[in-house]
Amino acid sequence: MGEEFVAISLTPMLIGTLAAIACALPGNFLLLRRQALIGDAISHVVLPGIVVAFLITGVVAAVPMMLGAAGAAVVAVVMIEAIRRLGKIEPGAAMGVTFTAMFAGGVLLLEQSDTSTVHLDVEHALFGNLESLIWLDATGWASLLDLEALAYLPVELPRLFGVLLVVALFTWVFWRPLKLSTFDEGFAQSMGIRTGPLGFTLVIVAALAAVAAFDAVGSIIVIAMFICPPAAARLMTNALGAQVAWSVLFATLSAVLGYVFAGYGPLWFGADNAVSAAGMIATVSGLILCFAAVFGPHRARSGAPAEAL
Amino acid sequence: MTQIELATSNGTRMAETSDDAALAIRGMTVSYGQKPAVFSVDMTVPVGSMTAIIGPNGAGKSTLLKAALGVIKPLAGTATVFGQPVADARARIAYVPQRASVDWDFPTRVIDVVLMGLYRELGLLGRLRGAHKAKAMECLERVGMQDFATRQIGQLSGGQQQRVFLARALAQDADLYLLDEPFAGVDAATEKAIIDVLQSLRADGKTVVAVHHDLSTVPDYFDRVFLINTTRIAEGTVEDAFTPQTLQEAYGGRLATGQLGQTALGA
Amino acid sequence: MLWHALTLQLGYNATLVTLGAMLLGIAAGVTGTFLFLRKRALVSDAISHATLPGVGIAFIIMVALGGDGRSLIGLMLGSAASAWLGLLCIGFLTRRTRLAEDAAIGAVLSVFFGIGIVFLTFIQTMSEGRQAGLEGFLLGSTAGMLYSDAVIIAVGGALVLAAVIAFRRPLSAVAFDPEFAASSGLNVPRLDLIMMGLVMAITVVGLKIVGLILIVALLIIPPVTARFWSERVTGVLWVAGIVGGVAGYVGATLSAVAPALPTGPVIVLVLFVMFALSLLFAPARGALAAVLKHLSFQRRVHIRQGLLALAQGQPIYEKLTLRLLQRSGLARADGVATTDGKARAAKALRDETRWQMARSREEFALAATFYDGLTEIETVLTGDQIGELDRLIGAPMGVPA
Repeated sequence: MGEEFVAISLTPMLIGTLAAIACALPGNFLLLRRQALIGDAISHVVLPGIVVAFLITGVVAAVPMMLGAAGAAVVAVVMIEAIRRLGKIEPGAAMGVTFTAMFAGGVLLLEQSDTSTVHLDVEHALFGNLESLIWLDATGWASLLDLEALAYLPVELPRLFGVLLVVALFTWVFWRPLKLSTFDEGFAQSMGIRTGPLGFTLVIVAALAAVAAFDAVGSIIVIAMFICPPAAARLMTNALGAQVAWSVLFATLSAVLGYVFAGYGPLWFGADNAVSAAGMIATVSGLILCFAAVFGPHRARSGAPAEAL
Repeated sequence: MTQIELATSNGTRMAETSDDAALAIRGMTVSYGQKPAVFSVDMTVPVGSMTAIIGPNGAGKSTLLKAALGVIKPLAGTATVFGQPVADARARIAYVPQRASVDWDFPTRVIDVVLMGLYRELGLLGRLRGAHKAKAMECLERVGMQDFATRQIGQLSGGQQQRVFLARALAQDADLYLLDEPFAGVDAATEKAIIDVLQSLRADGKTVVAVHHDLSTVPDYFDRVFLINTTRIAEGTVEDAFTPQTLQEAYGGRLATGQLGQTALGA
Repeated sequence: MLWHALTLQLGYNATLVTLGAMLLGIAAGVTGTFLFLRKRALVSDAISHATLPGVGIAFIIMVALGGDGRSLIGLMLGSAASAWLGLLCIGFLTRRTRLAEDAAIGAVLSVFFGIGIVFLTFIQTMSEGRQAGLEGFLLGSTAGMLYSDAVIIAVGGALVLAAVIAFRRPLSAVAFDPEFAASSGLNVPRLDLIMMGLVMAITVVGLKIVGLILIVALLIIPPVTARFWSERVTGVLWVAGIVGGVAGYVGATLSAVAPALPTGPVIVLVLFVMFALSLLFAPARGALAAVLKHLSFQRRVHIRQGLLALAQGQPIYEKLTLRLLQRSGLARADGVATTDGKARAAKALRDETRWQMARSREEFALAATFYDGLTEIETVLTGDQIGELDRLIGAPMGVPA
């Protein structure tokens, strides 16, 4: 059992968990800033970024693709802001224009270019390939101490770990200004906090998480983890710190349970093939949100919303 | 010269050396779109004074305050605080935004909001010590909200929200207090509590500027007024600048003359 | 080949699909305008993603009942049912919990899509599922379409458009001013429901052509594009309908010529080109026009302020003001007014004084509300009235008008 589990299931489960947490952390602030759908927009534009990076470099390599995806996220954010300001268009519609156009461009570039030799297609972008991130060199739990085996860990694992570290560090260091500017932007500005650059950095950090997670788990999980764990967490508590903690817990639960259900669930029902782990992780996060919406101790509004400005 | 005097003769014009003013605004123009909301406004607030910014709805009162603070970007104009550019004088400014400008469903407690006022002191990662909490509690006490410290902010009434905002400003320990409609939609007890605090600040030599809309309380609460309707109408002590004449200019036909007469001094 | 396609000479199927796409595009543009004006554009994104589980379940049920599972009507019914469920979830989350609509939209979108993917991967393991081609619903594909499917799309497009036309008046009334519409006896909640029903119908008909990821573009981009060209609801509706129709027509044709291209992205890019041109070059609301207008406005403000400062002998605080005055020949580099500048400054100050007098007199109170620092007093008051003001001011003016 241990041998099979460590080789086949441990690494995808860990990668899914790291990806889920990395997205859920900035998701908390995006949720409170009414920018939840930025996560949706970012995850759609990652595809064109990766395709452009591939067309420029000609190789499927992690670093150029991450850069391409991050570049696309920046382009998208700037474009949304430009459409919103120059055209005086409401943010939702500006987002809709931007991400559909960029996604469509990415798909067409992909279809037009010769990518038949590489593993790059739309479905991969949507679903990811979590199930394939196995650790073939592991022979059991002991491999965790075996340097030689550790060297052959799927590269996504350390990469996501690094990204999670960056995201967590950002959240920790900028906790006070983030909280302050999310709650009361005008007051934050009067204290000299540069709320514009701070908000932009938050989106870039979210994009970083999205890009790293996307490569491993596809864009469904990215969108679901940006929104569902923080949303469920918001219904559990009235303190920001506790909300973030709950969201990390929910993200972890979604990833682990989702992976288990996808891999073993069908077997319990007599089917002999696993279903998409990415899809199942999103499904579990939705179930958690559903429970929180019905039973969450703090599910109802308390204060008046801010007046539309 | 006649013309120039005409253009400036409303209210006593202070000596315009901005160096000794708590707040000096020069040539401020702010516009949303193609119409200036505030046009070419000069304002001089002497140290230790208590000034009401008054004018009809949409006259640019809050806009002027926000532009002076750099919360919105003016099209033209500058603001200095105690002779320094605003960006260099942030530590000496406390700001109370309009209550309705934030989402009160935000997941936080009353004391956490007050602690936000200590951000400049705490910095990014400075440790929150007992002394900070004691200071926040003391500020809550000054506005009569000490029993609500651990309450979720969504449970507060409008007046209580306003007091919490004032407590946060007190925590900033500033020399210049800028308040945007602090009395809007609050109960009588809160209004009294707030004005008491503001007057005690003034007694300590602090400078207070508040956007205000209740003309009947102006003479009781403030010693100076700044009348605005897109441009500056009048500025000076309540005796000089808060007259039926200046109010007519600021409010035009929007106030009945009788009301003007009753409200303003010297009628 | 392209010409043949554009003139609908590419075979019966392709012609039907093209016409269907065009009708659907018009209907989507018009319906999308209602959504856009109600500020709920992205609800359509959740609706379209929420169709996927329905497609999967419908396929499984049809196979279980002994069919081949690919019946377009059956899949459309399934997708409509799950989209409706998604809409109910959004309603529940926003009304019964503290979550805002954007969070509800994002949650429904991603979770339903995830569930749909679970079903798709399950179907791929069914023996009947290997060639189901359900992935075609993600990005849209018209290649190798059955005659019956083409008919369904053409008829579906026509029906949706007919429904949109039938409801256009009450829907535009609600979109323009919901409170007024309610006060004049319209049932706003029911009309909102009809609007969502239309969005769903468009999504369902468009699934096969545009695909569920991008169908939202057909609902969002036309109204946003149209907004640059008109300030009136009817105008926006017309332009949005035309933009949507053109995109559907051109997109379906292009993709008929190059069957390897998925239809959805082609249609979206056609839409985006129209949008980008409008954003940049639309005469009144376009970006270029807006930037130019802002620059000239900024210039007017600075010059006016500079002139007033010159007239009152005050220093000019800002470098930009001085530079603009200099460039217009109104002041010298050292801030001293030129002859021309002196005349303009005197006039600016005189007008300012007139405004001030107008404000202080009750009989001019209405005119005084037009004051914003830039409006010329001559545009608000007649010559006689200005003469009256000058008389009240009582000072010798002696400045040429």
